[in-house]
Amino acid sequence: MKILVCISHVPDTTSKINFTDGDSKFDTNGVQFVINPNDEFGLTRAMWFKEKQGASVDIINVGGPETEPTLRKALAIGADTAIRINTVPTDGFQVAKELAKVAGEGNYDLIICGRESIDYNGGMVPGILAGLLKANFVNTCIGLEIEGDKATAIREIDGGKETLTASLPLVIGGQKGIVEESDLKIPNMRGIMQARKKPLNVVEPSGAEAATKAVKFEKPAPKGEVKLVDPENLDQLIDLLHNEAKVI
Amino acid sequence: MSVLVYTESEDGKFKKGALEAASYAKGIAEAMSTSLTAIAFNAEDTSELGKYGVDKVLSVSSDKLKNFNAEAYADAIKQAAEKESSKVVVLDQSANGKYSAPLVAVELEAGYASNVVALPESTSPFQVKRTAFTNKAFNFTEISTDVKVVGLSKNAFGLKESEGAAASESFEPQLSAEDFTVNVESVDKAKDKVTIADAEVVVSGGRGLKGPENWGMIEEMADILGAATACSKPVSDMGWRPHSEHVGQTGKPVASNLYIAVGISGAIQHLAGINAAKTKVVINNDPEAPFFKAADYGVVGDAFEIVPKLNEKLKEFKAKNA
Ligand SMILES: Cc1cc2nc3c(=O)[nH]c(=O)nc-3n(C[C@H](O)[C@H](O)[C@H](O)COP(=O)(O)OP(=O)(O)OC[C@H]3O[C@@H](n4cnc5c(N)ncnc54)[C@H](O)[C@@H]3O)c2cc1C
Repeated sequence: MKILVCISHVPDTTSKINFTDGDSKFDTNGVQFVINPNDEFGLTRAMWFKEKQGASVDIINVGGPETEPTLRKALAIGADTAIRINTVPTDGFQVAKELAKVAGEGNYDLIICGRESIDYNGGMVPGILAGLLKANFVNTCIGLEIEGDKATAIREIDGGKETLTASLPLVIGGQKGIVEESDLKIPNMRGIMQARKKPLNVVEPSGAEAATKAVKFEKPAPKGEVKLVDPENLDQLIDLLHNEAKVI
Repeated sequence: MSVLVYTESEDGKFKKGALEAASYAKGIAEAMSTSLTAIAFNAEDTSELGKYGVDKVLSVSSDKLKNFNAEAYADAIKQAAEKESSKVVVLDQSANGKYSAPLVAVELEAGYASNVVALPESTSPFQVKRTAFTNKAFNFTEISTDVKVVGLSKNAFGLKESEGAAASESFEPQLSAEDFTVNVESVDKAKDKVTIADAEVVVSGGRGLKGPENWGMIEEMADILGAATACSKPVSDMGWRPHSEHVGQTGKPVASNLYIAVGISGAIQHLAGINAAKTKVVINNDPEAPFFKAADYGVVGDAFEIVPKLNEKLKEFKAKNA
């Protein structure tokens, strides 16, 4: 089984979010970048398929040279080969088209994406990629088993879950649940050393066009002071929620 | 060239998100001086949509579409958009909406903006405001393709009633075997529980509750308020509560009218996911807990004393205001 894991290079979850160039660009100054958490859950599931079912695992990213440390980290976790499509990602359509070209040529059985990246939260790439490849697609995937060319996937739905079956090739949008938090691996020294020698192939982009453009950014209005209620006077809380906030 | 909205239903009844999406799509239709068409699948009574601005309903009724199927639904939505020459297609951001929207975008070669929170700033160029960085910022996005797909965030626009009636027309999309290659084997869903996605009120517990045996008072509060229950990430990681209750940046987003956090510190990843809730209440014994900076109302004190007392008072309040 050939697996491709799409890795988005995103600001660490604790990052302060600021913008530059007249609020038109994300300010990367002082920001730590990490593997997108949703992708890391999927990557960890891919490692399971590698260990238990002899799968090969490639990782892929659309981005400039600055994403290479993130890709090396994914290699240190255990992926075999990395591919970087050398262009700045601008929207979900452009990224999915660039991925579709390389993924299509690579004849992968399973393509694992995260349900969304935590920077732009587009939630577009997995579905668009599946659509472009005419592959089967399962979003918000919280469980995945592969047997021969058949996949059984569990999808999180509003208020529950459902079990789906599909044949390969399959694209998934994964999230926590596909593996547990405790299954995530911190790369060890040996992994990090090996990762340095693993292939990281840089591919030039096909020049796919974006369908959307981020014009400008804005930060939410600052929050007012919290109103504290005395624990001995909880009637006041109910009064505030009923008469002021009008939410009960 | 009407605007098209996908109106999600469950067991034949429209979901609140569908009515909100319709209300919103009506706003776009008005801005573009056109009408609003809805596509509904196996809905019992489509006339309700008229109240939220829908002029015409393409009503699909098919046993094959009894279970949601993203590919088949996307194909049907595409055919409806083509039939109506729609330039804008609106879906709400339910799990199903998020699943099929990118497929619709591919089918229609349309740019897609997700998590949209307001009517377009302008319709030509087509520019919408959406959340990014998990609610830490807004992002104005321009969709440059001829056809546009818009994913409307939950509880961002609200319901808006309009005058008028929806004419219903039966619609039979041409679906092929290729639309049914992902199949539902089983659905596991609590029937009588409010979901985090649809709840007006969410009551959430954190590590401060010490253990799963202490969730009775959280469930009781949820019961009184007709709320959904939720939890912080470590609580689900430790198995105190199911993963489906985990909210935050790596869990479910919350956009309810009221969010009550009990024994939750308010870590940045937690707050990012619940920031879209309109009113936030925190109960925490540590006055320095970061949640107090993000909340509208706070009570500093021991949850084990406060919550049972608050529950009694909420019961009295509900009895009086029923
Ligand atoms: C990549 C990444 C992603 C993450 N994603 C998420 C996410 O999606 N959602 C999420 O929630 N977290 C997430 N986290 C974890 C987050 O950083 C925090 O660790 C977590 O939110 C803390 O949970 P908590 O508030 O329940 O626990 P704690 O931080 O331990 O807080 C418990 C609180 O309870 C209070 N308390 C204790 N006893 C009482 C009492 N008797 N009465 C009242 N209050 C009491 C304490 O004062 C404390 O403030 C993520 C972390 C990382 C690194």
